[in-house]
Amino acid sequence: MSEHESRSPKASGAAAESPPNRRSALGWLSVALGALATTAAGVPVVGYLLSPILRTPGDRWVDLGPVEEYPEKQTRLVDFVDPLHRPWDGQSERLAAYVRHDEGEKFQVFMVNCTHLGCPVSWFPQSGLFLCPCHGGVYYQDGQRASGPPPRGLYSYDSRVVDGRLQIRAGRLPTLQQPG
Amino acid sequence: MPSRTQRIIDWFDLRLGIRTAVLPILTHPVPRGLGWYYVFGSATLTMFMMQIVTGICLAVVYVPAASDAYTSLEYLNNEQPLGWLLRAVHYWSATGMVVLISLHATRVFLMGAFKYPRELTWILGVFLLLLTLGLAFTGQVLRWDQDAYWGVGVGAAMVGRVPFIGPALVHVLLGGPNIGGETLSRFFGLHVFVLPGLTILLLVPHLYLVVRQGISSRPAPGKPVDPKTYEAEYEKEIAAGEPFYPYDFAKDAIFSAICVLVIFALAISFGPKGPSEPPDPTLIEAEPRPDWYFLPLFALLALSPPEMETAIILTLPVVAVAILLLLPFFAGKGERHPRRRPVAVLVVLLLFLTLGVLGWLGNVAPWSPEMFAWSGTPIPVHIVERLTPEQLQGAAVFQNKTCRNCHSLDGQGGKRGPDLTLVATRLSHSELIRQVIQGGGNMPAYGKQLSPAEVEALVSFLGTLRREGEPLPRSPAADETKN
Repeated sequence: MSEHESRSPKASGAAAESPPNRRSALGWLSVALGALATTAAGVPVVGYLLSPILRTPGDRWVDLGPVEEYPEKQTRLVDFVDPLHRPWDGQSERLAAYVRHDEGEKFQVFMVNCTHLGCPVSWFPQSGLFLCPCHGGVYYQDGQRASGPPPRGLYSYDSRVVDGRLQIRAGRLPTLQQPG
Repeated sequence: MPSRTQRIIDWFDLRLGIRTAVLPILTHPVPRGLGWYYVFGSATLTMFMMQIVTGICLAVVYVPAASDAYTSLEYLNNEQPLGWLLRAVHYWSATGMVVLISLHATRVFLMGAFKYPRELTWILGVFLLLLTLGLAFTGQVLRWDQDAYWGVGVGAAMVGRVPFIGPALVHVLLGGPNIGGETLSRFFGLHVFVLPGLTILLLVPHLYLVVRQGISSRPAPGKPVDPKTYEAEYEKEIAAGEPFYPYDFAKDAIFSAICVLVIFALAISFGPKGPSEPPDPTLIEAEPRPDWYFLPLFALLALSPPEMETAIILTLPVVAVAILLLLPFFAGKGERHPRRRPVAVLVVLLLFLTLGVLGWLGNVAPWSPEMFAWSGTPIPVHIVERLTPEQLQGAAVFQNKTCRNCHSLDGQGGKRGPDLTLVATRLSHSELIRQVIQGGGNMPAYGKQLSPAEVEALVSFLGTLRREGEPLPRSPAADETKN
């Protein structure tokens, strides 16, 4: 110890501390490592929770049975199993659709979800109208909006006839900006 | 020599420091004359604690998987000893929590207790209010029945309207492309871990601030808040005050106890809510209704003009929350007493009136068609008995074409459209034809749904719907055809 240091306790305290550049380096290291660790731990968590966006399975074709089951000029309610369902979905794995057989191989298959807020519409063959029980939206038999709050006509599935059987592309819940 | 118990207490206290840490909080001085106005916050906290206790109990039996949730709810209701009671207490104390937090916020607003220096307490409270509503909505989904299934669908339809990221948000909300197992698990995670955790996380600073800033004194007219002088004045009030424990503590405790007893009385009298029908989306006759907290929203969505609806859905909540959060910044000073803040009182009255009317309308839901009126509600005999064969044919058309789902006769039937008991006194023959064929207002056009003969019969039936001897309405169009 030098004479100067022994006489001044304040100065000796300052000398015992690390040099300023090492202290700031430690500080920066803790911030940088902390940020890295947080990112490492956080990114998988965020990715996991947002995975339904990243992993968007496309709709799949579903068989709705032979064309003969759908009489021409009539609308029938059918149910089928959601092709994208999980094994533990229970009853909610089922979905319903309205099949309107126009003529020949011309079909319209509507989703049951009202385009207003998604409630299930009911088909009334007597009046040829779909009615929504929630806010009173009404649609004509061809799916066009008739009255009430819906902003558009009924959502419809892509459909095709393969070997005399009706198929639709289904899976996703329709919403206004992603109708099919 | 201190007693053995005293020594044990001292041993612990030396290590825990309870006496120095907690006693000052319990006995912190509060202004005199608080009355019974200040009890709602602690009662809300009591409800939250009941939610936690009953929630944990339910969680050890309830199965948060879409395949078994419904069965486990029925098991809780019917087989698990006291399961029905705990479900009922959970539901009714949730109701109590929403009611009490609303009263608490209203009281704080009306008495100007959010003003300087308690702005942060208010802001934390706003987030606690939002979390409470979030808990209410997610809890409703865990009651995995028909209403829950379609309720999530309605939530998704609303979220789906957000510009650009709507569809992505929907998939995050649902945990997949459609409503199913992952949806329920997601809502379970939110309801049981995330939202209660956040609530506790915000409750701690909220309560800390209550103690740190002290309980606001009763407002007095002509005593405005001025940040320059407030602390000194409050110090004076505190100096003349009393310790929180025992008198004001007792008021909180008594009110909380009464609330708990009322909740139990409601739970025992009315039992648990639901589950209603199973969550099977192919049961198409579902008429989903939200729990009472969301009935005003349900009504608002039915009544808002379609072209403005997306704007209302997306901006109204943001604006409402922004106003609540910014309130202490544009009204953080000045008068606290409601008598000197007529606008504040008026806003509260209007708000509760609006929510009340919308809630009532949401409960009655006059805009919802009566889906079974066409087959279940016959035309009153006194109308049918005087009809000619053609008019009878028209009456049959009226019934079969589901007109009745939206239109009442003698008050029976749907309320979506006008009651038609006396329609012939309002509309002439040609106006009736036009209305039937072209629709208009909220009515679909029936031109393609009816044959000309059916229209003729229907209109001749509608033409009889007036009082005996009343003159027929005349329209310019009708006069023209005569000339």
